[in-house]
This record gives sequence, C-alpha cells and structure tokens, in this order.
Amino acid sequence: MTGQDLVLLLLGAVAVGAGVLVVTTRQLVHAALWLVVSLGALAGSYLVLTAEFVAWVQVLIYVGAVVVLLLFGIMLTRAPIGASADLDSGNRWAALAVALGTAAVLVTVTVMGFGSARKPVEAGGGSAEALGASVFRTWVLPFEVLSVLLLAALVGAIVLSRTDVGGRAGRDGRAGEEGG
Amino acid sequence: MPDLLVIVLKLLAVAAGFAVLPLLIGQAEHKVMAHMQGRLGPMYAGAFHGWAQLVADGVKFAQKEDVVPAAADRRIFKLAPGVALVPYLLVLLVVPVGPHGQVALDLGPGLFFALAVMGVGVIGAIMAGWSSANKYALLGGMRVAAQLMSYELPMVFAASSAAMAAGTLSLSGIVEEWHWWWLPWQAVGAAVFFVAGLAELRRPPFDMPVADSEIIFGPYTEYGGLRFAFFLLAEYAGILVLCALTTVLFLGGWRGPFLDTELGWLWTLVKVFALAFVVIWVRVSYPRMREDQLQRLAWAWLVPLSLAQLALTGAVRVLAA
Repeated sequence: MTGQDLVLLLLGAVAVGAGVLVVTTRQLVHAALWLVVSLGALAGSYLVLTAEFVAWVQVLIYVGAVVVLLLFGIMLTRAPIGASADLDSGNRWAALAVALGTAAVLVTVTVMGFGSARKPVEAGGGSAEALGASVFRTWVLPFEVLSVLLLAALVGAIVLSRTDVGGRAGRDGRAGEEGG
Repeated sequence: MPDLLVIVLKLLAVAAGFAVLPLLIGQAEHKVMAHMQGRLGPMYAGAFHGWAQLVADGVKFAQKEDVVPAAADRRIFKLAPGVALVPYLLVLLVVPVGPHGQVALDLGPGLFFALAVMGVGVIGAIMAGWSSANKYALLGGMRVAAQLMSYELPMVFAASSAAMAAGTLSLSGIVEEWHWWWLPWQAVGAAVFFVAGLAELRRPPFDMPVADSEIIFGPYTEYGGLRFAFFLLAEYAGILVLCALTTVLFLGGWRGPFLDTELGWLWTLVKVFALAFVVIWVRVSYPRMREDQLQRLAWAWLVPLSLAQLALTGAVRVLAA
C-alpha cells in the first residue's frame, strides 16, 4: 500500500463519516455543515487521483453554491439552535435499505467491471487540458445531451416560478398574489 | 535541499504578505476616509497624521472580553471567524507576484482554485449569522447567502473570459499571455469581475448584509474583541485578494512600463494598491444599495454583460486563430 492509497482511504473515511453525520445529527444546520466536510473530503479524493480540475470545480459548485443555497433555504424556513426532536423520518429504515442497496450495486458493478485491474495514477492525467479534450472530442454527444437536459430543467423552473405565463397556476388568484 | 528552502521561503513570504498587506489596506482606509469625509477622529493617535490609529485599534480589540452569547451554538460561533479568514490566506498562495515562478504554488487550474476557495470564505459569515442566536445576525446571514448566490455567477463568467483569452487556467499563464490590447478587449469583463467581487466581499455599496442602520452589524452583531477583529481582517484580506486577482486576470499582473523582470513585484503591488484605493473610494462615495437593487444589478446587468464578454472573447479568439 502506497502513501497515496492511504491518503485516499483516510479521505474516503472522512467523507463517509461526515456523510453519516449529515443524516444522523439532530441539528438541522449542523447537517448542512457536515455536508461541507463530506464534499470537501470528496474533493480531496479527486486531488489524490490527480483530477485537480474536477476537485476545484467540486468545491466551487457544491461547497460554494449548493451548500450555500441549502443553508439559505434552511435559514429562510426554520433554523433552530440545538437539537430538533422531529427530525427523524418514519421512512428511515426504508432509506437505509435503499442506501445499502445502492452501495451494494455500485460496489458489485465496479468489482465485476474492473476486478483487480490497476491503472497507474499519473500527474496531469486529470488536468483541465486532458479533461477538455476528452469531453469535447470523445464524449461530445453525451455532453450535448446533458446540456439539453439541463436546459429543459431551467425552462421548467422558470415556468414553475412564473405565475403570469400559461398554466392553471397563473389563473389561480392566490398563486398570482404570491408571485412577483 | 535548495528546493525545500525555496518552498519554505515562499511560504514565509506569503505569510508575511498576509500579515502586513491587509493591515496596510486598513490603515489606508482610515486615512483615505478621513480625508475624503473630513473625519477628524483617526487623525490624532500618535501625533503625526494619526499614524498609530491602527495600533490603538489592535490594542483595544485584544483587551476586550471574549463573549459568547448564552443561546449561541458555541462550537460554530467560535469556528466561524477562522472559516472566514483562512480561505483568503490560501488564495494568496496561487497569486503570482512576478515572472519566472515568483508564486508560492503554481497550480494548473489556479483560477478555479482561487474562485472555489473564495466561495468557502463566505460560509464563515453564514455560520456566524446562524450561530449567534440573534434575529439580526440571522437576517444578515441570509442576505450574505442571497448576495453570494447572485454574484458568484457573473464573477465566474468574467474570470472565465480572461482564461479563454489566455487559453489557460493557470494564473501565471494568464499574465504571460497578457498584452496591452486586452485592456479594451476585456474591459467589460474586468468591470463585472471587480463589481461582483465587491459584492461578494460585502463592501459598500453592497453592504446590505451588515447594514448598521437596519440590522446592527448583520452576522457579526454578537462578536466582540479578537473574534470581531478576525472578521475585520478577513474583510481587508478579501480586498487584497480581490484586487490581486483583478490585477492578475485583467491588468497584466507583473507587467509594467519597464524592467518587468526585476520590478515585477513592484508593478503588482502598485496595481493592487491602486485598486484597493478605488475600493475605499467607492465606500465613501456611494450610498448603500437596497436588496432589490442589488439583485437587479446582478441578474439584469452583470450576468448579461459577462455573457456578452464571453461571446466577444470567444469570437475574437476564433477569428484571430
């Protein structure tokens, strides 16, 4: 086991541990902050695998934007200091089963697909140049399909939030008052 | 072992810069504001021109009692000033001050590193706002979050324009590629980057989150003594980082009229401090923007302008190639 493997394992442990804390902590805002730790450890794992561009974009998008949006949403609705008694969902056993099932499927697929195959990690393999070249040459079609999907989501969000264009919500008096 | 020595020396230089330059900006703010607004207060301490005002402020902060509100979330409350301050120190690591490797850490995607880490600093202010258990602090924290979400996008777009123009994400690489005709070509991007950066630092006229006439001091209301001083230091370090990034991306970094190689660090510092002067100047001359004006400026002006700049940069690159 090399030093790289060790660091990757440690970062993975931090990511999983913080992820478990996200769903088990009884304090709502602490859950969002543990998510920062988990996502940060994930970015660290990318760094160890030399995917530096992905790592920093992960921090920029997930820590800098998504978690801030989550915190904003929590603070806008309710953000009590201290433990909340009603955070436990009745579905937690079902959720645990789904989580374990997903993990089992992913691990099985990875092991069956790659087995004990090894690929040396080389510096620059995940640089912005290498990534850009493969995304815009080899994988340009999936990339474009994804961008159409995102565009559809954007248009959907605009339609949902604007009550003055089309749809039954626009003619509904109360929905019209809330918009604006 | 000379490599190790070089690394240690570079880290020491960055630490020294981080310790000294934000204080210089703070001192400049005292003096510039005093002159522009006829404020007599900061002109007395230590006799000549009130040079000891900053020292006196420091002594005052260090003497104050360290209070944590009873209802606060103690751990998060104590952690927040560090989360606000440390990211700016990390950004300074990748800012080139001169040619030929005069940078502590020459990262390939250095631009994305700087933007990503700056975004983390804002979480410190949000943590402070929430953990203080004070409704004004909570309102301030929410305003910080809303402001970050609207201004992060134009800032990243404008920075991407400089990266596209240079064809690299490395900050030293961008300065290497810089030519004087970038000034008119990237002017819109530079303005958008600087304005969005001011908003991300919550500097006037974008200081809704700390509007003292409405919500006392926003997220920092419950802080006092050294922890409060850390937040102030984070603000000045933020100004330093924003001005340094604007210099590197849009103003040619260490390039100057003569002796680029020998005096590169001086040109960088001159540009950084000229921009810092503009930051202070804007503070004393513009009234605070209202929340709806803030959001309108971001979404109706800065985002379209930065997209237009990106399109222009792309078109010129393709036509010139």
